[in-house]
Amino acid sequence: MSDVSPATLPVRPAAAPAGMRLRALLAGPLLFPLLVALLLVTVLAAMAVGGAGIPLARIPAALGLAHPIDAAIADRDRLVLLSVRLPRIAMAVIIGALLAASGAIMQGLFRNPLADPALVGVSSGGALAAAATIVIGDRLTGQALPFAILPLAAFAGSLVTTALLQRLASRGRATSIAIFLLAGLAIAALAGAGIGLLVFVADDRQLRDITFWMLGSLGGATWEKAALIAPFLAVLFAAIPFIGRGLDFLVLGETEAFHMGVAVERLKRIAIVLIAAMTGAAVAFAGVVGFVGIVVPHLLRLVIGPGHRRLLPASTLFGAALLLAADTAARSIAAPAEVPIGVLTALFGAPFFLMLLLRQRGLAGL
Amino acid sequence: MNALDVEALSVRVSQKRLLDEVSFNVAPGETIAIIGPNGAGKSTLLRALSGEIAPSGGAVRLQGRPPQAWHPRDLALRRAVLSQHVSVTFPFTVAEVVRMGAGERRGAAIDARVDAALAAVDLDGFQDRIINTLSGGEQQRVHFARVNLQLACGEEANGPGILLLDEPTASLDLRHQLDLVSVAKQCAARGTTTIAIVHDLNLAALIAERVIVLAQGRVAADGTPMETINDETLSRVFGVASAVGRVPEQATPFVLPHRAERHGR
Repeated sequence: MSDVSPATLPVRPAAAPAGMRLRALLAGPLLFPLLVALLLVTVLAAMAVGGAGIPLARIPAALGLAHPIDAAIADRDRLVLLSVRLPRIAMAVIIGALLAASGAIMQGLFRNPLADPALVGVSSGGALAAAATIVIGDRLTGQALPFAILPLAAFAGSLVTTALLQRLASRGRATSIAIFLLAGLAIAALAGAGIGLLVFVADDRQLRDITFWMLGSLGGATWEKAALIAPFLAVLFAAIPFIGRGLDFLVLGETEAFHMGVAVERLKRIAIVLIAAMTGAAVAFAGVVGFVGIVVPHLLRLVIGPGHRRLLPASTLFGAALLLAADTAARSIAAPAEVPIGVLTALFGAPFFLMLLLRQRGLAGL
Repeated sequence: MNALDVEALSVRVSQKRLLDEVSFNVAPGETIAIIGPNGAGKSTLLRALSGEIAPSGGAVRLQGRPPQAWHPRDLALRRAVLSQHVSVTFPFTVAEVVRMGAGERRGAAIDARVDAALAAVDLDGFQDRIINTLSGGEQQRVHFARVNLQLACGEEANGPGILLLDEPTASLDLRHQLDLVSVAKQCAARGTTTIAIVHDLNLAALIAERVIVLAQGRVAADGTPMETINDETLSRVFGVASAVGRVPEQATPFVLPHRAERHGR
C-alpha cells in the first residue's frame, strides 16, 4: 500500500457520499432518539396485541389519559393493561436490555464477537442453580421458597460459570476463541446434565417449574418481579462509564490495555460480576433466552462501530425492543397458546449465529 | 533520578530461569538497543521493565518506583509500549485506535494530535479505515502512532517518558523502518528514554547510543555500539563468524555475517 499516496485513497470506498451522511446521522445524533422511538412503538404494539385486543385508539382512555367513550370498556381495558400486559411489557423490556448488554460486555471481555451468555453455558449455569434451588429447597423446607431466592441462586450459578469459563479460555497470555466456544459448549452440556438429573428426581409441580426455565417464558409476569429485576438495569447504567472505555482498550488485548493504563484485573472482575448478575436476573425470571445477546450488539456494531460507551446503552434499548417484539409474537402467533420465547429467539438467532460463525471462521481458527 | 534502575533482576517461570541477575541503569533520554540470540530473555526483560510481569528476584524501578507500585493509569503516563503484534478483534477505525493513546482525554485538540501522529507514520488519510483491513505493516504503524500519542500525553503531564519497543521494525519495509527510526529519534531529542529490542544488528548500531547484549538471561555486554558489536561478542554470543566493519567517519560498526560457527545451540 505504501506505493500509493495515502492522500489519494478513498476513505470508505464502498459508501456513496449520501449513504455516508445518512450512516453518520444514524450512528451519531439520531441513534438514541431513533432507538427510543423504536422501543415506544414496540411498547404500543405490545399493549394493543393479545387475546383481548385493545385498538390503539382506546389505549389513552384505558390509561386514564383521555375521556372514555364507553366507561365499561375502558375499565376492562385498564384491567387487562395494568394487571396483565404492562407488567409483562416491563419485564420483557428489562430482560431484553439485560440480555443484550450482558452479551455486549461478554463479547468485549472475551474479545469475541460470538460470545453469548446462553450459548456458552452461563445461562444454563444460572438455570441449574435455580432448578436445584427449586428441588432441593422444596425437599429441605417442605414448602415453596420465596421467589426472591431464585435470582440470587441464578446469579450465583451464572457467576461460577462465567469465572470458570474465563479461567478455561484465557490460559497463558492469549484467549483462544475456539477454546472459549468449545469450553462453553461443555459447560452448557454439563449444566444440562445437572438439570436432567433434577428433572429425574422432581415431582410434578417442580417439573413444571423446571420446564419453564429450560424453555424460557415471560408468562406469569407481575409488577413485583419487574420491580425485583429493575435494579440490575440501574447497576448496569451506573457501571457503563467505568467499564466502557476499558472494554474498548481490552479489544487490543489485555497486555495492550494494561500498557494504556487500564487496571485490567479489576476491569475483568467487574465485567464478570456484571455479566453474571444480569444473566442470572434474566434467567431467574424468564428462563434461558438465547441469542438476544449476540444479535443485538452485532447489528448495532455494523452501524455505530464497536465503541462500548455507545454500544452498551444502545444495546439495552435495542435489546429491549427486540425481546418485547419477540415476546409479543410469542404470545399472539398461536393464541391462546404461547410459544416459549426461548424457542422463538433460538429459531431466528441460531441461523444468525451460524452466518456469523461462517464469516468469522478465520478469526475463530476453526 | 534514573529513568530506569534494574538491580539483580531475576524472572523465573515454572523453574525456568528466564532472567538471571540482570543489572543496569538507564539515564533519562538514553537510547538503548537490546540485542541477543533467540531465547536470551529480551522480551521477558521488556515485559519486566513495562510492569507486565513482576520480578521473581531483584528489582525494577521506573522513575524511582517499582512499576507495580504505580497505578496503571499513572504508569501509562510515564511509559509507553509498542508490542510486536497487536490484533484488534472488533472493527475499530484507525483514528479510534490511535485516540486510545490519549486515554480518557477527548476533544478537538486530541483529534488534531491523532491526525499529526498518523501523518508522522505516513498514514495521513487513513483515519476512517477499519484497522483490520490494513496490511500488517500498516497496522504496526497505526499502533506506533497510538504509542506516540500516549507518550506525548504523558510528556505533557510528567515530562519526557520511557518508550519500550519490541522488534518495532519487524513487519516494516525499508522506507517505513527509516521513518520509524526518525520518529523515535525525534522522541529521543525531546528527552524520551528509548529501549528497543532489535534483531538487525546494523539497525541497532545505527539507532542506539548504547547496546545491551543479552545471552541466556544474563547481560553479556553493555556499552557503545563500538564496544559491544564486534567480532568477539558476535562469536561468543551469537555463534557466528562475522566481519564487523566501520562506517567511514562515523563511530558506527556494521556487520556482515558469513557463517555459523556452531550448530544445535
